[in-house]
Amino acid sequence: MNGESPKPVTWETFAAGLWRENPVFVMLLGMCPVLAVTNSAVNALAMGLATTFVLVASGLLVSLLRAAIPKQVRIATYIVIIATFVTIVDYTIQAISLDLYNALGAFIQLIVVNCIILGRAEAYASRNRPLPAVVNALGMGVGFTFALLCLGGVRELLGAGSLFGVALFGDRFEPWVVMLLPPGGFLVLGGWLLLFAWLRRRRGQAVSVEGGTCHTIR
Amino acid sequence: MPHDSLSFIFLDAVLANNFVLALFLGLCPFLGVSGRLETALPMGLATTFVMLVSSICAWLINAILVTFQIEFLRLIAYIAVIASAVQLVEMALKKFSPGLFRALGIYLPLITTNCAILGLALFQTFRHYDFLQSLVFSLGAGGGFTLAILLMAGLREKLALAEVPSIVQGAAISLILGGLLSLTFMGFAGLGGQT
Repeated sequence: MNGESPKPVTWETFAAGLWRENPVFVMLLGMCPVLAVTNSAVNALAMGLATTFVLVASGLLVSLLRAAIPKQVRIATYIVIIATFVTIVDYTIQAISLDLYNALGAFIQLIVVNCIILGRAEAYASRNRPLPAVVNALGMGVGFTFALLCLGGVRELLGAGSLFGVALFGDRFEPWVVMLLPPGGFLVLGGWLLLFAWLRRRRGQAVSVEGGTCHTIR
Repeated sequence: MPHDSLSFIFLDAVLANNFVLALFLGLCPFLGVSGRLETALPMGLATTFVMLVSSICAWLINAILVTFQIEFLRLIAYIAVIASAVQLVEMALKKFSPGLFRALGIYLPLITTNCAILGLALFQTFRHYDFLQSLVFSLGAGGGFTLAILLMAGLREKLALAEVPSIVQGAAISLILGGLLSLTFMGFAGLGGQT
C-alpha cells in the first residue's frame, strides 16, 4: 500500500496477534480482565471489543504523535492517551447498556492498566507508521477477544449450560457453578494453556511458554 | 456485623474478597514474582505500602473532583496520582531508608502497572468509603495480596521438588495451583458474602 514504507503492511502484521503472539495464550499478558469478566460469553465479547477499541485508537494516536513525544515522558504520555480513550469507552458502555456496565464493573476502567495496550504502544506503535500500527493493534485486539471468548464460552457452557444466554442442554443439566466463580477462571485458563502446550508438542515445536509477566515488556 | 464497620471492611478485603484470588486484581506479580519466598515477601510489603499511600491520595483527589464536579477526569487523575505516588515513595525510601530501598529494588517502580492499586482506588470510590474506611480497606487489600502471594510462593517452592510432567510445567501448573488456592478461599465467603 505504501511503496516507501520500510515495513510493508502484510497479512503477517495483522495475524501476529491472532495466534503466534496471541496476547493471552502465548504472551500471558492482561490476565486480570481475562479471568475476571469471562463468566459469560457476552461479557467476554463486550470486554474484548472495548479493549480492541482502546488498542486501535491509542495505537493510532501514539503512532501519529511519535515524533512529538519526548523520550523521557513517553510512558506518562501513553498512559494519559490510553486513559482518555478508556474514559470514552466507559461512558459509551454506560449509555448503551447499564446491565452490561454493572456486570463488567470496575474492569472497564481497569483497561488502563492492561499491559497489552501499554506494551503495544511502547513496542510497536511508537516505532511504526500509523497504518501498520493500526493493523497490528487490530490483530492483537481480535486475538485478545478470541481468547476471552474461548474462556467465556467454556465457563458459561459448563457453569450455566448456555452460550450467549441461550440454554443448550435442557432442564436435566446440573450446572457446574464453580466454573462461574473465581476458581473456574484459573482452572479453565490452565486447561486451555495445557491444550495449547499439547498441540505445540504434537507439532514438534520446541517453543516453551515462559511464566511471563507484564513486567518483561517494560 | 454491619457492612460498613471497620473490622468487616478489613476482613472482607483480606479473606472473603481477596484481591488476587476472588477479584483477579494484581495477577501479574502474583504469577510472576511468586517463584521464591524471599522475593514474594518484599513484593507484598511494597505493594501494601503503595496501596496505603495511593489510597490516601485517591481519597483526597476524589474529594477535590467532586467539589468541582469534574468526575469524568477521575481515571486520568488517579493514574497520574498513583504514578507520582510510586515515584515519591521511591525517592523518600532512597533518602530515609536505603536498606529497605535496596530490599525492594526493581519491584517498586513496577507496582505502577499493578491493577490492584488502581482497582483499590476505584473500589473505594464506588463504595463511598470515608477516609478512615479507605485507610482500613487499603491495609486489608494489601494484607490479602501479601497473604496470597506468600501462599503461592510457598506452594511453588514445594512444587519445585515435585515431579511435574514436563507438558504442564510453567504457566499451566501455576494457574491450576491458583485455581485450587482460590477454591479454598471461597470457603471464607461465608464470613461476609459476595459484594
